[in-house]
Amino acid sequence: MMISLSGLLGQIFSIALALVLAPLLTGWVGMCRAWLQSRSAPPLLQPYYMLRKLFNKDVVLAHGASSLFRVAPFVVFGCMVLACAIIPSLSTNLPLAPAADALALVGVFGLARVFIALAAMDIGTSFGTLGGRREMLIGFLAEPALLMVIFTVAMIVQSTSITTIVETLGHRELAIHPSLAFAGIAFTFVSLAENARVPVDNPATHLELTMIHEAMILEYSGRHLALIEWAAALKLYAYSCLGLALFFPWGIAGGDSFLALLAALPLLLLKLVIGGSVLALIETVSAKMRIFRAPEFLGTAFLLAVLGLLVRLLLELKA
Amino acid sequence: MSTALPLYAQLINLFAAVILLLAFAMLAQRRVLLLIDLFALQGFTLFLSTLVVAVKTGQHHLYWSAGLTLLLKVLLLPWILHRLVRKLQIKGEVEPLINIPTTMLVGIGLVIIAFNVALPISQLSHTITRGTLGIALAVVMLAFLMMITRKKAITQVVGFLSMENGLFLAATSATYGMPMVVELGIALDVLVGAIILGVFFFQIRDQFDSLDIHHMERLKDN
Repeated sequence: MMISLSGLLGQIFSIALALVLAPLLTGWVGMCRAWLQSRSAPPLLQPYYMLRKLFNKDVVLAHGASSLFRVAPFVVFGCMVLACAIIPSLSTNLPLAPAADALALVGVFGLARVFIALAAMDIGTSFGTLGGRREMLIGFLAEPALLMVIFTVAMIVQSTSITTIVETLGHRELAIHPSLAFAGIAFTFVSLAENARVPVDNPATHLELTMIHEAMILEYSGRHLALIEWAAALKLYAYSCLGLALFFPWGIAGGDSFLALLAALPLLLLKLVIGGSVLALIETVSAKMRIFRAPEFLGTAFLLAVLGLLVRLLLELKA
Repeated sequence: MSTALPLYAQLINLFAAVILLLAFAMLAQRRVLLLIDLFALQGFTLFLSTLVVAVKTGQHHLYWSAGLTLLLKVLLLPWILHRLVRKLQIKGEVEPLINIPTTMLVGIGLVIIAFNVALPISQLSHTITRGTLGIALAVVMLAFLMMITRKKAITQVVGFLSMENGLFLAATSATYGMPMVVELGIALDVLVGAIILGVFFFQIRDQFDSLDIHHMERLKDN
């Protein structure tokens, strides 16, 4: 397949945009949370300051650390960049998109998860092992729910390629899909769990009873930690863009031109700002639940996604 | 493709889906007061759905039944139930016999059965809303499940009322509603039923100091 120059340019631009916007999104969510809890908010660029600080620090490695421990941050970061590259945020004209459809995207997230869990267990501390196990527990429950959500959308569009989904959903007359409503709620549940957000995990805590994501990365320092933090921000960005692409696909440029891409940028920013504040609102109004309630939470997400599929079969497919 | 469906049919489908969603939410809900609120919300969605059918088909008695739904199931019955909960000083959580995730899984199974059973039946009907028949059947079965798997009498009553919601949805979707007399009769039945059951609650509690209906197994002649 010939890759056009403008397509290549758009692809590079969207990756660069993801790298820049992801920490900003995390910072924005942090700001909104602080406002809602009537604390004074950290600056929007706080994640950047933290990344700069971490990149300037030396790496301290544990004695027992194997090469896996050192490789894992790069693999995780690479997975997240790839995920951001194949999810259409500005344009559906992405030369990398044929590399992976929505199912493979779930696999990319899974690869990152396995690596970070292995790295957490590599050192052999009890916290790392605990965090790794919890992460895998959350992961194996969240993945089928995410797949079901994707199946529901794929059934409507008859394709699992994300760009095709966006093109089909975004450029046709408005129709109410009850099944998409179910899938949307399920997707919200899954993204809360996958991004270590409040009902399941709290990214701001270091309390041993509750932490999942933080427990895994306790042993990391310096640039390794910076990469992992950046990857976490990219994951949030990727999930936000995936949600926007599946459920609010309007305004994503379909064409070839670079100008259309720039025109789609303000709308994307607006959608991300709204999405980030909604996420902060959800995090503020809900309480962190016990870890043993997480299976129930994700089971509900799976159920909702299955219900979406069933409703799709019953209501929307009849002759 | 669903884009071929007219707007009102899409709206009705959406409301039916929301009713199903609320039925599941009720099944998953642990708090009694929130359960009653969810029931009121389900009634309100049912009211909206009936209203859309009424506006579309222009059948006058459907306006009446929509109004009746609003009055009874959104305002009166939740108010009675709230009052009962306060007077009986029921606190804390719903006690399910089977744990909630299992109940939800059973619920999904029931939905699949209901959809499969309803599919050939709804083909016989010629109304615009026949697709929702499966959902109505599913709501009835989920409410049944809730009555079976709960210990406390009050949650069983909510299940009973929710079942009536499902039946009502089935009636509007399959035949544009039952005759007015039947509907009035059922509405009155449900109201009187709820009131009588409310009196029963007091009796049960006086007898056993608890609303757990398991104690009633001791009520034997010999």
